[in-house]
Amino acid sequence: MKSVIEEVELLAPGHRMCAGCGLAISTRLALNVAGINTIVVLPTGCLEVTTTQYPETSWRVPFIHVAFENAAAVASGIDVALEMMGRKGINVLAIGGDGGTFDIGFQALSGMFERGHRVTYICHDNEAYMNTGIQRSSATPYAAWTTTSPYGRYSIGKKKRKKPIGIIAVAHDIPYVATATIAYYEDYQRKVKKALSMDGPAFIHVLVPCPTGWRFPPDKTVEISRLAVETGVFVLWEVEGGRMENLKVTVKPKKRKPVEEYLMPQRRFSHLFKPERRQDVIDKIQRTIDEKCERYGL
Amino acid sequence: MVKKVIEGQQAIATGVKLCRPKVIASYPITPSTHVPEMLSKFVANGELEAGFINVESEHSAISACIGAQATGVRTFTATASQGLALMHEVLYIAAGMRLPIVMSVANRALSAPINIWCDNNDSMAERDTGWLQFYCENAQEAIDLIIQAYKIAENKEVLLPAMVIIDAYNLTHTMEVVDVPSQEDVDKFQPPYKPVYAYLDPDRPITQGSFGTPEYYMEFKYSQQRAMENAKKVIDDVFEEFEKIFGRKYEKVECYKTSDAEIILLCLGSMSGTAKEAVDRLREKGIKVGLAKITVFRPFPEEVVEVTKNARVLAILDRNISLGYTGVLRTEVASAFVNLSKRPLIANFIVGLGGRDVTLEDFYEIVERKIPEFKKTKRLVEWINVKGGA
Repeated sequence: MKSVIEEVELLAPGHRMCAGCGLAISTRLALNVAGINTIVVLPTGCLEVTTTQYPETSWRVPFIHVAFENAAAVASGIDVALEMMGRKGINVLAIGGDGGTFDIGFQALSGMFERGHRVTYICHDNEAYMNTGIQRSSATPYAAWTTTSPYGRYSIGKKKRKKPIGIIAVAHDIPYVATATIAYYEDYQRKVKKALSMDGPAFIHVLVPCPTGWRFPPDKTVEISRLAVETGVFVLWEVEGGRMENLKVTVKPKKRKPVEEYLMPQRRFSHLFKPERRQDVIDKIQRTIDEKCERYGL
Repeated sequence: MVKKVIEGQQAIATGVKLCRPKVIASYPITPSTHVPEMLSKFVANGELEAGFINVESEHSAISACIGAQATGVRTFTATASQGLALMHEVLYIAAGMRLPIVMSVANRALSAPINIWCDNNDSMAERDTGWLQFYCENAQEAIDLIIQAYKIAENKEVLLPAMVIIDAYNLTHTMEVVDVPSQEDVDKFQPPYKPVYAYLDPDRPITQGSFGTPEYYMEFKYSQQRAMENAKKVIDDVFEEFEKIFGRKYEKVECYKTSDAEIILLCLGSMSGTAKEAVDRLREKGIKVGLAKITVFRPFPEEVVEVTKNARVLAILDRNISLGYTGVLRTEVASAFVNLSKRPLIANFIVGLGGRDVTLEDFYEIVERKIPEFKKTKRLVEWINVKGGA
């Protein structure tokens, strides 16, 4: 197995992310592929506040943060400026959270796709607004607890399913869209490399488990990431040329595990198991996954 | 220099082209749409070598300008009213990141009710964002102030973004004779853009837009305030240099027949032209009246005190209203007098909201009827030419 992280880390240690944070692992993996000729654009979020506290910075590549909803627009400006300056071979890498991508930054993202900028946009999806204290986003999965989708007599947690951001990205007819997660780092890094080689927008939806928000011990991050794929909760695929018929599943679990194995270790789903077991809800989640996996040929 | 008959928006677009920005990002909004239309045409036919980004909102327009300017090129955007309001949060960031972006604003009323005509409430609401603000009386000032705004904004003692503001329709869509400076002269006045401190370059990685804790945030704001202070002198210097090359003189506060005036009218924008005409006619009747016109509103032109303090009445005409108090110019100008014992009586008149015409008759009404009344009543604010109103 080849070395995953180069000797020189482009994301310096000493940042303020939580122990076991999936963002740190994902960012290191992506930067390692992108290399030093990269300009990084971040919207507001966990990764931004934990790495750029003045007068320190964790970024050994040029970095810019502007606001919450506009990373894709800022990246568009950088792309065109580089072109006008005649600077070639510089990657423009935007890295947003699910809030800054699925929700408040969605319009800017869609615009950036439509205009065809040479920007690789990585969405770190930890399935809620973690930076502000675990509030529900449109990436939060069905039945998950968050501080604004609490369970109670009249609530099972998040009421609706997750927004299919990857498929929405494909519908923009852009050169490359993929999903990835940190447990499958070779798959992830290959996809980052491919995305950066495109002459146009590329989008990678990365599932990054959050020990603080998903309520699991910090040494289980990679394990949860792997379970998401093994249970079919998160399918690893890529689509080139904006055509769904080109969709290729890149990691196929040998035998799909029941979703319960993914839900059980995360206390954001604990209300499905106690005080009484909500088999109806667990079955509903399982059925949804089964239907999805059938579509993907899993 | 060539004389042309062009509208205010064309003056803006032409001024921008002469300054050779490399990235323009813009979203259409009435009555500012001709500006991006003309600029995109200049780009399409090769008259301007720039990247034109057709963004999906004004919020993204200013954000793309930030990205481009932070990479190291001169940028431009244009907007009005709701578009400017949508940019609001990002305007603070452009200034806080010290990026000398130049933007034209067509002064248009804010909803509700929706209205596409002239007033200043949109740009006045951005008073505190840290942008330089230049208000134009006519199309000539629009082209000249665009050219000067870039030079002022990019000065390394300033490094602040700038708005050049023209009245909806009265200027945006009105044809006027304009002296268009030659490219050669503008190139002499305006060297190519070279970023000073903040630019995104893999050979020199820096972090822009960092997280400022209570330990540092105040110092960032203090440095912006100092840049605003520095801008006061830089503006005077640039105005002087401009006059030498182009022969037209600009001042932060332009005085028209104020030296012996007992009543001084104070306003900004296109109504200043009408005000000058009113001053002339009222003087024919023997009334000693003058006009102080605000061209630079941010940084605040403290000169306004010196040039108006000897009047008996300073009548401030606001084409905007800070609801629940007075017009914005009044609160700003009145506060400049606060520690002086000798000062004029300050009257405030709200005029022309949402594009209602401000006519010569309005000025006569103010000078001949409202001001004598005001001397007795000292009413804080009065609305002019409003149905069923005061």
